[in-house]
Amino acid sequence: MAEIRENIKQSVKFLKVKKNEKITWKMIRNQRELMFMSVPFLAYIILFAYAPIWGWLMAFQNYRPGLSFFKQQWVGLTQFKNLFSYMGFVQVIRNTVAMSLINLVLGMLCPVILALLLNEINNMFFKRTVQTISYLPHFLSWIIATGIIANVLSTDPAIGIINNILMNLHIVSQPILFLGIPKIFWGIVGVSTVWKEVGWGTIIYLAAISSIDPALYEAAEIDGAARFQKMLNITLPGIKATIIVLLIMNVGHILDAGFEIQYFLGNGLVSDYSKTIDIFVLDYGINQFNYSLATAAGIFKSAVSITMLLFANFIAGKVSDERLI
Amino acid sequence: MKYKATKLGDKVFNAFNAIFMIMIVVVTLYPFLNTLAISFNNASDTMKGGIYIWPREWTLFNFRSIFATGFLYHAFFISVSRTVISTILNLFFTTMLAYALSRKEYFLRKFITVVFVLTMYFNAGLIPSYFLIKDLGLMNHFLVYILPSMIGAFNLIVIRTYIKSLPDSMIEAAKIDGAGEFSIFIRVVFPLCKPVLAVVGLFVAVGAWNTWFDTFLYASSRQNLSTLQYELMKLLSTSMQTGTTAVAQFGGKGAHGGSSDTVTPQSIRAASTVVAALPILLVYPFLQKYFVVGMNVGSVKE
Repeated sequence: MAEIRENIKQSVKFLKVKKNEKITWKMIRNQRELMFMSVPFLAYIILFAYAPIWGWLMAFQNYRPGLSFFKQQWVGLTQFKNLFSYMGFVQVIRNTVAMSLINLVLGMLCPVILALLLNEINNMFFKRTVQTISYLPHFLSWIIATGIIANVLSTDPAIGIINNILMNLHIVSQPILFLGIPKIFWGIVGVSTVWKEVGWGTIIYLAAISSIDPALYEAAEIDGAARFQKMLNITLPGIKATIIVLLIMNVGHILDAGFEIQYFLGNGLVSDYSKTIDIFVLDYGINQFNYSLATAAGIFKSAVSITMLLFANFIAGKVSDERLI
Repeated sequence: MKYKATKLGDKVFNAFNAIFMIMIVVVTLYPFLNTLAISFNNASDTMKGGIYIWPREWTLFNFRSIFATGFLYHAFFISVSRTVISTILNLFFTTMLAYALSRKEYFLRKFITVVFVLTMYFNAGLIPSYFLIKDLGLMNHFLVYILPSMIGAFNLIVIRTYIKSLPDSMIEAAKIDGAGEFSIFIRVVFPLCKPVLAVVGLFVAVGAWNTWFDTFLYASSRQNLSTLQYELMKLLSTSMQTGTTAVAQFGGKGAHGGSSDTVTPQSIRAASTVVAALPILLVYPFLQKYFVVGMNVGSVKE
């Protein structure tokens, strides 16, 4: 991870420095084989990742399919104005930010705690078994995961295990339709995401823990440090850099609250709380053919992501040296 | 005295830690075991309730009915094809590019790396990408499953970092023997990349196997391009909302056979979930030792 970060750093730094090495024909001739092995892929990524940016122009038009580019009507920023004057979009932003903040906090905290606890297990077989099982949900699609979550939360006594438990303990007398309560939808999304990703999230921290110098622990032991103190004063600082880098990377995704989980678990009863920007784009763009409005929403999302990434990077640079860019 | 107290504290902590871990295992595993049990249990018996992690009335009828209609069988075939083809092409091309970008003397190295790394932080968005696919004529074409996801920036960086950590002397030796860059890549570098390719290959394969969105966007009007996950998506979303519409097509023949030969939305969903999950569950535990290689390649070198 550290190496990857270093690479990204160098790559981005390159944008700022002027190139000083001269490219000569001889160089090109000597490296033609390397060029054959890489330039086609440069063309590939430009086509698939950069060429579509051309489509952003749609957001400044009243785009109509079938008309040629020159016959489209240009409307300036009208689509963006429409987007924000439409109350539904503000709600959509609120939902997106709320759910992604919940995911961000739980997604950082839970894997760190689980990694610290896993690290304290001495029995290697037990530790490895727990790890293997905890990775399991990560590898399954959200379709499968949400199907399973819907089962667990179901009101059907044949499958809804949570309602069964609550009823057997006489906490409730009627099964609760969990997925029909708007106020807890964000919570359900947060807990489900933790359930799916917490095990996988520990890998990177466990790797960081394993690279901590064992001499530090030995020294602490001689000083009489208790287990918990070692955890707090050696292990946690040892993975601080990893935590910060991941935090910066995740903050850039503040408008990526996920799409599939809300799309599958959401329903008419909770739609005021379940709709995210991605679902909005899909609804207006693909289903209702309002390409211009949907593209405007997409641009807004990209702009916020980049701003947040740069902002988080700046803050991280101020409080510690773990800058990504 | 003090030493003993910490020992006792340790024991209590260990016990609580172990209980906590067992809870995690139960919470993770139970929903899957429950689905597995339901998929092997008689459908009408399941409705009576009380099925937890073991079937009460064993039957294979749920599985037989989802494969009886044929189209799920075809979707399975498409899913396997796209996963295998994507994974092979992706690994080969990504490693080839990663090798070129790992050569310090290569003058385009930095430029190409930056162009790829930037794609990790932004993308053009759904609608412009949709139009690109349309303009390229990839709509309702099998290649839409392969081309757009052929090289990923993150995997590229992971593999490049791994290649950089390989001893330079092997590549130098091959060069002195007169080998060209491409044959060095094929004969020396590619075989050495096995550990990192195992984990990147798993990421790519899992991604290809699990996606339904490209089928939904680009190939939903051609049934013979449908994938298993897309079929599962249709099945789950219709049965979550309306109950039986999608399931009706499975029940047609079997329902006449008496009470032991019925299917319900519940049993069909469980059986399809098992079919869609099984291939991954059979593979990932065996690649576990490589996970860290993929996540943490750099620390080896540091």
